[in-house]
Parts: sequence; structure tokens; C-alpha cells
Amino acid sequence: MNKNRKPYDDGYFPPVPTGFTIFMRTFLPWQIYRFIVINIKMLGMIRKSHH
Amino acid sequence: MAKVVVLGAGVAGHTAVSFLKQRLGKKHEVIVVTPNSKYNWIPSNIWVGVGIMKPEDVTFELAPVYKKKNITYKQARAVDIHPEGGADEANPYVTIEYTEEGRSGETENVAYDYLINATGPKLNFSATPGLGPEGNSHSVCTWGHAVDAAVALKVSIEKMKKGERQKFLIGTGHGMATCQGAAFEYLFNIESELRQHGVRDMADMTWISNEYELGDFGMGGMHLKRGGYITHSKVFTESLFTERGVRWITRAHVIGVDPGKVCYETLTGEDYEEEFDFAMLIPPFSGVGLKGIDKSGQEITGDMFNPAGFMFVDGNYTAKPYEEWDAADWPRNYQSKGYPNIFAAGIAFAPPHPISKPMKSPAGTPIFPTPPRTGMPSAMIGKAVAMSIADMLEGAKETTHTASMAEMGAACVASAGAGFFKGTAVSMTVFPIIPDYTRFPVYGRDMDYTTGEIGLAGHWIKYILHRLFIWKAKLKFGWSLIPE
Repeated sequence: MNKNRKPYDDGYFPPVPTGFTIFMRTFLPWQIYRFIVINIKMLGMIRKSHH
Repeated sequence: MAKVVVLGAGVAGHTAVSFLKQRLGKKHEVIVVTPNSKYNWIPSNIWVGVGIMKPEDVTFELAPVYKKKNITYKQARAVDIHPEGGADEANPYVTIEYTEEGRSGETENVAYDYLINATGPKLNFSATPGLGPEGNSHSVCTWGHAVDAAVALKVSIEKMKKGERQKFLIGTGHGMATCQGAAFEYLFNIESELRQHGVRDMADMTWISNEYELGDFGMGGMHLKRGGYITHSKVFTESLFTERGVRWITRAHVIGVDPGKVCYETLTGEDYEEEFDFAMLIPPFSGVGLKGIDKSGQEITGDMFNPAGFMFVDGNYTAKPYEEWDAADWPRNYQSKGYPNIFAAGIAFAPPHPISKPMKSPAGTPIFPTPPRTGMPSAMIGKAVAMSIADMLEGAKETTHTASMAEMGAACVASAGAGFFKGTAVSMTVFPIIPDYTRFPVYGRDMDYTTGEIGLAGHWIKYILHRLFIWKAKLKFGWSLIPE
């Protein structure tokens, strides 16, 4: 039981991930794809940051 | 032959030393002064703090690395800067006091042509009574602190295995602390460890911080594109806390840490208490206490450093209300005001103002995060300063490289549990670090490069970065090709 999620407590309001979302966080093919995407984003950001 | 002296061998100082030596070779002398014998890759201390890495995984001896590269290494702490020289010394110099075994307490004046102050922070535990490893809470700010925290965590886990509930309190230990990201990582690594040990249901976990809302991280939070909406990082962070069953207390200034209990004041002026069995609270930072001395021997510390001990550089330090803050206020070349051959890099430079909006309780207690200067900006500043100095030694009239935090982004990968197949981490990028409402009028940031997501990919990135940055810091083959 999650004691945090009582009506009108702080933990009552935030969005919580569905089972599918949690599954995708460690689903290898999706995470390999995200690994590539995040790295490209980071490299782009690093490129923009160097002057 | 010119002498370039670098004070400090943390991320900023070590990066500066490395690039200076690469550029200057044998033409000029590069001297590094640091009180520590070991380099510590601080972002990985949280893994030491939960016992899944050993100190030797996040540290290495500096002396062999500097010897290999012909860099003069003095294990000492800087005490005074004499930017105009002294009565018996025409050239500027810095007074250092050795910490090396066998020479402890011995002082020396080290002359310089260029000086980089990269002394980093003093962990100011004394700002809160009872805070810190010598008081009643733990820290992961140094590898030694992290080792002690891991031992205490193990004790708590054993108690839970025997049926004794434990209360964990993680966050910031003062109204003006920064580095919420490190505490955030530690919180979720503990949470993950407790699950691994099968005792998560025996733990009550609470976050306490000086942030106005969760997800502020000392930079006013950030807006992200998620699920077809643009949402504040508060939503993303609250979601994670709720999912992992972590209660949170925000807008809190910890007044004192007693054994098993913190007292805190909130922005609304109320005082509360929170009990704990295990607490890890990040202290506020200050400068290391360097002094400035002029030619006649008079102290000029107040001209060179702000009251917290951080060095004034080329930022706009005019006091002005939050609404008038400008990205252009932030330093670009990190040259000291008044002394163009002195620079400050990393945490040692004085920020012109916070990033999060300043807030005060009715009693006047400031309760808001001070600006974070994490590894990535510290390294980029260290490199920019090193390149400028190298160019100036080769004839450039002024600085040639800039590294404004309002013109650079940062990547932060916050571990939320280790394991090659089951680990997760929050991967965040923000661009620029300092919101620029002229370039990006609505949110102050480029929404294409300000991102956040949680997943296994983030854990891989965090682990790879750990390996890459230790490789880079050891100045092994190809080190300079690894971006900061």
C-alpha cells in the first residue's frame, strides 16, 4: 500500500506511470533506441555549448 | 618561461591543468596546488555511499599522473593570493601551506604569471548545528563521507531485516544549500538498494529540501515536452517520488540536526521536527577562505571575493531585483576584476545572482537553492580559461575563449538504481543552464535541447560517463577527445 496516495495529500495529485510505461523503462529494444537518441541530443547540446 | 599556477585539482582545476600542459608543453611551467593526494570523480560518490562501488573505483593518486605529464604538483592548500607581489617580491605570488605527509604546515610562496583559482567549495557543515559526519547526519560530498554513509546504511538494512522499521531523511541541510541533484540521486539509489535487499516495506523515506517545488534543482526547474504537453520538472519529479513512495518536504531550512531528529523552518514561518534513523543532508557551500593581500600587506579579500568567499570575475554583480536578472549578467571569460592574470573556474567563481527565485520566511530566513555548478560547466569553464591563458602566453591581447553558463547547456544523469538490465536513471539536458528570456522568451530555454526521461538507457550513460571521465582524468590515450 502506498501511504503517500491519500486524497489531497501531496502524493495524490501527481501523474503516476502505467505498467506499460514502467515496462518500457527497462525494455531492451526501446532502451537501446533511447540510448542512441539521448546521446545524439547530448552531443548536439555539447556542440552548441562550446564557443 | 612563464609559470601558470592552478589552485585545486577537482573537475575545473584538473581540466585546466590538463589542457594547459597539452597546449604549453615544455615552453612554460604548469604548477598545480591541491591539498588532496587523490582525484575524486565526485558524481560517482553516490554509488560508494550505497556500497556498490569502492573508493578506489572513484579515486586515483594524482602524483603519478602529473609526473607522467611533467606537471609540477604541490600537495598543499592555498592560503593567500598576493596579486601585486609583496614588500620583498616584485612578482605576484600565492602563499601555500603543505598538507603532504612529512611537510605538513610548511609554507611557501609560489610566484605566478597566470593564476587559476579552482579551489572548489568548502563544505560548510558548521552553518547548521549538528549537520554533517562530525555531527548527526551523513554526507556523500567526499569519497570518505560516502564510505561512512554506506556503513551506516548497511546497519539500517540489517535492522530492517530483523524487523525494525527505519526512517530515512535525505535532502539539503540548510536553507541556502545547493546540489539537490546529488541528494536526489542518493535518495533513489538507497530506495533501489532497499528493494534489492527486500526491505523496502520496512523503510519510511522522506525528502527534505529548500526548493520551492520538487524538480527545482537550484536552477528554477525546467520545462519539458512530455506526453503532448509542456510541463515543469515539478510534475516529472513529483511523479517519480509518488511512484517510489517517497514523501517530500519542500521550502525548508534545516535549523539544526539533533541525534535522530531535524528541526526546520518553512517559508511560511512555521517550525517543525522530523525524526530519522538515517539522514544524508547536503551542506551549504562557501569559498575555501582564500585571502587577498596587496603589495603593502593590507587585506583586499573584500575586493576580490564575495562574502561567501567566491571570487569576483567578469560578471555583472550589481544588486537588482529578480525581474531584472539577465543572462548577460553571467561571466564569460572568468577573469578577475582588477587582476587580468587571475581567473576563477568551477565553483570558485562568484555567481552574479541565484538562478532559483530568492525567497524568505517571515522571520527573514532565506530559503532557496543557490546556483549549482556541476561537473560539466566546471570542466567547460576550466578548459576555456586554460585555452585563453595559453593563447595569451602566445601573444593574444585578451581572452579568446568564453564559457558563460547562459550560453552552455548541461547534461545531468541522475542514477535511480544500478544494474545493467534493471538499473534506471533520469537523463536530463538543459540548454542554457541560465534561462535566457531574450533568446527563448517563453521558458528561457531551448525546448529542443531541454529534455528529461527515466530509463535503463540513462543508467548505461551514467556508467559509461563514469568510465570515460575517469579515463580522461587519468590523461590516458585520447583523453582530450572526450568532451567535457
